[in-house]
Amino acid sequence: MDYRDSPAEAEFRARLRAWLADHNPGLPASSTDDEYWARQAEWHTALYDAGFFGLSWPARYGGHDLPTVFDVILDEEMAAAGAPPRPSLGYLVQGISTHGSDAIKDRFLPGLINGTERWCQGFSEPDAGSDLASLRTTAVRDGDEFVIDGHKIWTSYSDVADWCILLARTDPDVPKHKGLSAFAVPMDQPGIEQRPLVMINGVTKEFGQVTFTGARVKAENMIGEPGEGWRLAMTIVSHEREPGELGYVARYAKTVKGMEHEVHADPGAFRPDQHEAVAWAHVQTEMLRLHVCRRLSERLDGVDHGPGGSIDKLLMTWVEQTVGSAALSVSGARSVVDTEDVALKTYLYSRAQSVMGGTSQIQKNIIATRILGLPTS
Amino acid sequence: MDTRDTPEQAELRRAARQLARALAAGSVGELDDTVRAGRLAAAVRDAGWLELRDDGGDGTPLAGGEEAAIVADALAGAVADVAFSGPVLAGDLARRAGLPGAAGAVVAFAADLVGPAVVTGAAITAPCFAVDPDPDPAHADAALVLVGDRDADGHRLARVAVTGDAATAPGTDLTRAVIEIPPGAAVTEVSGQTRLLAADDLAQWSALGLALTTADLVGVMRGVLDVTVAYAAERKQYGVPVGSFQAVQHLLADAHCLMEGSLSVALHASWAVDNLAPADALEAGRVAKAYASRAARTVCETAIQVHGGIGNTWECIAHVYLRRALLSTQWFGDDGVQLRELAATRLGVRA
Repeated sequence: MDYRDSPAEAEFRARLRAWLADHNPGLPASSTDDEYWARQAEWHTALYDAGFFGLSWPARYGGHDLPTVFDVILDEEMAAAGAPPRPSLGYLVQGISTHGSDAIKDRFLPGLINGTERWCQGFSEPDAGSDLASLRTTAVRDGDEFVIDGHKIWTSYSDVADWCILLARTDPDVPKHKGLSAFAVPMDQPGIEQRPLVMINGVTKEFGQVTFTGARVKAENMIGEPGEGWRLAMTIVSHEREPGELGYVARYAKTVKGMEHEVHADPGAFRPDQHEAVAWAHVQTEMLRLHVCRRLSERLDGVDHGPGGSIDKLLMTWVEQTVGSAALSVSGARSVVDTEDVALKTYLYSRAQSVMGGTSQIQKNIIATRILGLPTS
Repeated sequence: MDTRDTPEQAELRRAARQLARALAAGSVGELDDTVRAGRLAAAVRDAGWLELRDDGGDGTPLAGGEEAAIVADALAGAVADVAFSGPVLAGDLARRAGLPGAAGAVVAFAADLVGPAVVTGAAITAPCFAVDPDPDPAHADAALVLVGDRDADGHRLARVAVTGDAATAPGTDLTRAVIEIPPGAAVTEVSGQTRLLAADDLAQWSALGLALTTADLVGVMRGVLDVTVAYAAERKQYGVPVGSFQAVQHLLADAHCLMEGSLSVALHASWAVDNLAPADALEAGRVAKAYASRAARTVCETAIQVHGGIGNTWECIAHVYLRRALLSTQWFGDDGVQLRELAATRLGVRA
């Protein structure tokens, strides 16, 4: 058990800290402001060019082949500097790496990692949320291409994406989980239309919905084998559930730090229950930081914890919603008289965390049956 | 950074859990088996675990906070009715005062159980409490208290006689004793002290106390969940196991996550004791204790709920876990105490 930096980790931390001191773009939080999304690409490129992005991914594709514990250092230092969190792309990298052919990986991973090509994820549909395998978007073979028709929703970054990792039904005659395939679909074409979806906190740049009407994709852009789509989706969502992959600890720590700063300036202006709410938000955020340290240390063995990602997702959700509630408490009446109140937006955004990447109820089903081994009814 | 157990720590964890499983009471009825309890106490003493924080010869403890927490977690996991954290904390305090060893002794706590009793005269004037004393009178006929001295920049240690019997004292926690030391008990000097206990000593000692009580709570959560998940898979209603109902599954999934999160903070707090500056170690302990106290309360209450009617009877072991969690929560301060202290240090809130 050792939480200290190794010499290599300490050197990395010092280099990163020095860089952040000069290069923090001072963006607002991704959860509360469109400006973050407008300038995210710039931040991605800056991190990548300085050698601070894709730390644990293969060097062959633009990463650095470092152990995943370096991501903890990255998140800690970004939180300490009040810098925006790193773009969350790990789950796409994992999905393409695990299921794509060498040709697919060589074609798509470098652009995804260096930020020159931006991606969205076309999984959910209006009638296929938790029951993802029932999705109805079809991809029908036509010579060297597939023709796509369907409707995707809750598609993050669809407005700026160059590519969509799309899950579509290629075989309607087999059980629902087995007839799905995944594709890398170019977004810039006449058969695709995307519209923003405004979140309850007013952010317009994160969510979108995308309609495919006779859109086309080359057959060689299929990721994995025909029928492998469900397994690819499960790889992606299991990584999408991991706070270590997402880098969200930095986002929560930044919010908590802001609240602590505000209260510390005049503690007597806040009630004891507000003091306690902020202290508890700090406790929760520290828990998640230390939990990620433990999870990423376990990976030094090469252990992939499988359904354990659902535990991490629930813990992360509780942390985000605790932080959101604390923000609302500290803001008090300001949250209802000022429609631009950041605390209000933080709180409202936090309600999405128990839905996105699989609802809390789905996570609990997975934990109960696959980790605790309880019988299914 | 590598938060995994070293091979030695993993072996200690395995051995401690095995010993606890073999010798702890497997049912409420077995708690009355004094022969078994005696064997358990002897095994823990023979393993050298009560001296883990005694002086290793150069002023440093024989083992780190991590090792002490590993044993605390393992014993709590089986609700082992044996003194451990009490004697270990006494050994750690004695070591800091430059005493060669205080094996088996115990520390007297002020009535709120948050910190050690501090005395100024020849006898104590307020009731104090020996928490988790070794029931063997040869080891714990006296408890350590701090002697307040306004002129010096530190505390000395003194002893106050413990007259109650730990082996028969009824307590809220059915597995560890709390003995009241009444006002008027005489305070006698401890000879051989070579150092005054400074503020940093007490901060590190409190960090150890927070780490051990947090580890105890983690063990309680793991143990009671093992029992409860097994029960839910076995107990049938409507012709099927109650554990197949989603309402029950979700309670247990929540509880499992709370236990996992608590383990993550507990491991860090145990490492922090000897490896961070005293104030930082103390803060790590407060974060861990605040999280695990709330978590353990929910997990134990879930266990009683999932056991249904039987969970509310004395014979069901679930309340033995809950009772142990209640003592570990109060000892060194509950979540409310920790959050108040964190608000003071991090937000500048003054009482």
